[in-house]
Amino acid sequence: MRIEELLNHTGEWLRGTGPSAHIVMSSRVRLARNLEAWTFPGKSSKKDLEDVLKAFEDAVNRLSPLKGSTLFLMTELDQVDRQLLVERHLMSHEHASNPEGKGLLVTAEEVVSIMINEEDHLRIQVMRSGLNLSEAWNIINAIDDALARELNFAFLPSWGFLTACPTNTGTAMRGSVMMHLPALVMTKQINKVLAAISKLSFASRGFYGEGTQASGNFYQISNQVALGHSELDIIQNINGLIRQVIEQEEQARQALLLQNKPMLEDKVCRSWGLLRTARIISSQEAIELFSMVRLGLDMGILKNVDHKALNELFIMIQPAHLQKIEGKKLNAFERDTKRAAVIRQKLGGKDV
Amino acid sequence: MTCDICGKKKATVHLTEIVDEQMSEMHLCEECARQKSTQMEQQFGLADLLAGLSDPSKPASSSKDSEKSVLKCARCGLPYEDFRKFGRLGCGECYTSFKEHLTGLLRKIHGSNKYLGKTPVTYQENQKAPLSEAGPVALLPSEDLSDLKQQLQSAISAEDFEKAAMIRDKIRGLEGKEQ
Repeated sequence: MRIEELLNHTGEWLRGTGPSAHIVMSSRVRLARNLEAWTFPGKSSKKDLEDVLKAFEDAVNRLSPLKGSTLFLMTELDQVDRQLLVERHLMSHEHASNPEGKGLLVTAEEVVSIMINEEDHLRIQVMRSGLNLSEAWNIINAIDDALARELNFAFLPSWGFLTACPTNTGTAMRGSVMMHLPALVMTKQINKVLAAISKLSFASRGFYGEGTQASGNFYQISNQVALGHSELDIIQNINGLIRQVIEQEEQARQALLLQNKPMLEDKVCRSWGLLRTARIISSQEAIELFSMVRLGLDMGILKNVDHKALNELFIMIQPAHLQKIEGKKLNAFERDTKRAAVIRQKLGGKDV
Repeated sequence: MTCDICGKKKATVHLTEIVDEQMSEMHLCEECARQKSTQMEQQFGLADLLAGLSDPSKPASSSKDSEKSVLKCARCGLPYEDFRKFGRLGCGECYTSFKEHLTGLLRKIHGSNKYLGKTPVTYQENQKAPLSEAGPVALLPSEDLSDLKQQLQSAISAEDFEKAAMIRDKIRGLEGKEQ
């Protein structure tokens, strides 16, 4: 697969269906693994990193679950291409910024991706649409078992999987769920909910991952602990918490409808109109409008749009995607123009 | 939006912090954000901060524990002091070299230091050496009976009978106490 081919579709996990898809956009499980024979990437020479890449590549070639996947070497990609992979949620910013000795394995539908030589030797992730952590766990568990047959992982029976950062030591698993919580934001209950989440040792962040601000009412919620619980326990705990948040969001949506239906309809329809007619739009404004349109769709106010189109737009309106679609470098102003055009086209806006 | 610190450049880094249910936001330009993060790393031990061990008002380097400053990983040579500063370990062996310090730290971070997750499918076949090397030390983290029984099973499957015998004796001792 060439990197340009990624542009012809978006990840399978963006299809917008699955359990509680009206509030949960996607579910992700990731595992960190290190190879026993080498020091962790942060303490490795260039030669060590290359050897780890080679050992991983050899292992993958012998494994059937990962057949047909593509291994990208970061040093062979330019900055925009690397950014494109970050924007598709296939790898971290950190992985793109220092390409030496780093790789990324991606399966055909972008369900599975494996970063090689990020903070740990392997960071395996599985993405699913809707609230579906259990399915993501089943897939990643099978891949982990297959890899463990080929590679010796750094592991101690007393502490589990050994990772560069002690916050991951143990299961080295993080389950996270991307939630759309516009009604909790509009009814000003979101801070209360986020505070409760952080009290329960779960973390919340923005749509574009670690270190990003929550925008457009999207929040990513994940577990923090990796010791004292089994992987399935952790997933059940996240599921339990997420179900409560879903319930709160549903109640807040009903409250909004009861209190001021015309106001809500106006907000949704204006957003729809803006997206289909705007000529210059920033990504921040676009995401805020997507949020309103998505809410309108979920509450039956809008009908002529689907989750898949909206989810795909989230990915396509980012800088590297716009530049790849256009086929050349774009400055900030050109990107805002191109972004508006991409959105109009996708949402069937008229070029009056 | 302009940077909260210099008030000149455009803020592109957004920090959200929740302390005691109070959410605060900070908007910084890239330069000020970089300065702030270096300042923080120098001022506090990152690993200590992660675990909420240190008082952010006191610099980590004020530690009088001279033993800590010379402690190094036997395999990769990472000084324990570097781990305290940057919060990252250098290799799997660091966990054994810094075992004493990590036991408390992991409990602070995770609320437990007991591993209950999966074991790699081929662990027992391939890694007899680390198991027996760990020897009696591996017994220390927990005196829990069910834990010991589990360890006995894995020692038996690893055909490490010397260790198995030691665990068996320990279990007998504990069971005797309970009766």
